[in-house]
Amino acid sequence: MNWTRRHLLGIEELSAEEITLVLDTAASFKEVSTRAIKKVPALRGRTVVNLFLEPSTRTRISFELAAKRLSADTLNITAQASSITKGETLKDTARNIEAMNADFVVLRHSAAGSPRFLADRLNAGIINAGDGAHEHPTQALLDVFTIREKLGRVAGLNVLILGDILFSRVARSNIWALTKLGATVTLCGPTTLVPDGFRKMGVKVTHHLDDALRDADVINLLRIQHERQRRSLFPSIGEYASLFGLNEERFRRTRPDVLIMHPGPINRGVEISSEVADSARSVILEQVTNGLAVRMAVLFLLNGAQPRNPSGEGTPTGGES
Amino acid sequence: MRRAISRMAHEIVEQNENLGDLVLTGLQTRGVFLARRLAGQIHESTGREIPTGALDVSMHRDDLHLRKVPPAVKSTDLPVGLDDKTVVVVDDVFFTGRTVRAAMDALSDFGRPRRLQLAVLIDRGHRELPIRPDYVGKNVPTSRQEHIRVQIKEEDGVDEVTLDKREA
Repeated sequence: MNWTRRHLLGIEELSAEEITLVLDTAASFKEVSTRAIKKVPALRGRTVVNLFLEPSTRTRISFELAAKRLSADTLNITAQASSITKGETLKDTARNIEAMNADFVVLRHSAAGSPRFLADRLNAGIINAGDGAHEHPTQALLDVFTIREKLGRVAGLNVLILGDILFSRVARSNIWALTKLGATVTLCGPTTLVPDGFRKMGVKVTHHLDDALRDADVINLLRIQHERQRRSLFPSIGEYASLFGLNEERFRRTRPDVLIMHPGPINRGVEISSEVADSARSVILEQVTNGLAVRMAVLFLLNGAQPRNPSGEGTPTGGES
Repeated sequence: MRRAISRMAHEIVEQNENLGDLVLTGLQTRGVFLARRLAGQIHESTGREIPTGALDVSMHRDDLHLRKVPPAVKSTDLPVGLDDKTVVVVDDVFFTGRTVRAAMDALSDFGRPRRLQLAVLIDRGHRELPIRPDYVGKNVPTSRQEHIRVQIKEEDGVDEVTLDKREA
C-alpha cells in the first residue's frame, strides 16, 4: 500500500487500507516521543502553518508539536490575532501564507468544506483540523489508533458514540473510520441531537441509553456544542446530564473492560462525571498522547507525497544502503 | 550465508574484548533478522547474550524529497540505553552509505555510544559517503545498473542473495 495523497481533507474519502497505513505509521512515530532526543529530521526545511480560525487548544498544540518533532518550522495564526478581523477573506489569507512558501496549511474553520476550498486553490498540502460540523479526520484517526492499541483490533467491536452527534465533526469522522474498519457503531443521545438520518451512514441510532451502554466495547463521549446551536435543542444542561450523562451509576452497568473515550474538552458533571473521567477505564489522556503520533504520521505521509523537485526523478533503492 | 554470518560473529567477538558493552542494532527490515542471527551465533560460541535491537531510519533519510511516495516506517526498538556502549549496526546490503549515515544520525538521538561499528552481509561498492564497514560477509563487485536482492528466511521464507541486471 503506497500513500499518494497530498491533502488530508476527511476520512470519508480514505480507504480502509489508507487508514490502516496511517495507524501503522503512527505506531512507529509514537516511539520517537520516548527517545532522549524527541526529534527526527524528516520535515527539515518544511514550513507548517497552523491556521486556526476557531478556538482550539489540544489540536493546535498537538499539530504544532508534531511538526516540531519532525523538525519543520511552524507558524500559528489564530483568528483573533490575524487580519481576518480586518475583513480579509480566507482565500487571501491563505494566498499570503503561500507567498511565504509554506508547505502545509493545517486549517481549523467554522465552515464545512473550507479545507477543500483551499486545496483546490493553493499549492500547499492542506490538513483539515476540523471544518464546521463536517469532519475532523485526525481526531478520528487518533481515536481508532487508541482503540486498536488498547483492544488489539477495531473490526467487530461495538462502539457507542454518545452525545451531541448533530453538530459533531468528531462523530462524523469517527463513523467513517469505524465503519470502514469493520466496527459496529451505535449513536445515542436526545432525538434533537441524534436524528435518524444518520442511519444512512451505516450506523444504529437509539435513544435508549441503558441498552446501548450494556453492549458497548467502547464509549466515545461527545461534548454538547453550545457554540453551534442557534436555538436550544434540549431543555437544560441538568436534564441532559441526568438523561444522557455517563455517571457512576450508569458506568457500573457497562462491560468491565469498556474503554471510555472523549475528544476533549470534557465538561465534568455534564456528559461525563469526574469519577468516570478519572477512572482506570478512561483513556482520555492517552488519546492526547496518541494524537501527537498520529499527526506526525499524517505530516510524514503527506510530505512524502508532495510533488516537488521534478529533476530529482528518484532512485529509491528499496532495501539497499 | 550461514558461513558468512558465523565468520562475522567470530570477528565481532575478536574485535570486542568487553562483550558486556556490546549492542547489536539491525536496520529494518532484513538487518534486524541478521542482527538476531549474529547474536545467536555469539551466544552459541561464547554463552553471552548480546542485547539486540531494531532501528528504522526512514525518518532520518536524506532522499525523502526525491521519492514519489513516502517509505514505510517500521518500528524502532532498542533494548538498552546506548551511552558508552559499543554499538554494531547491522544491515543486509552496503551500497551508497546513505542508509548508514541516517542510522548514525538516528542512533545519536538515543545516547552517545563509545564506539560505532558496521556489519554488512553484502558490500556491493559505489559509496557516496566516507563510510566503511568493519565486518563484511561478502564483497560483491557490481555495476550501478545491477540490483542486489537479499532474502532472509524469517522475512522471505528463503536465505538467498541474487544479482539482477536491470535497466538503467
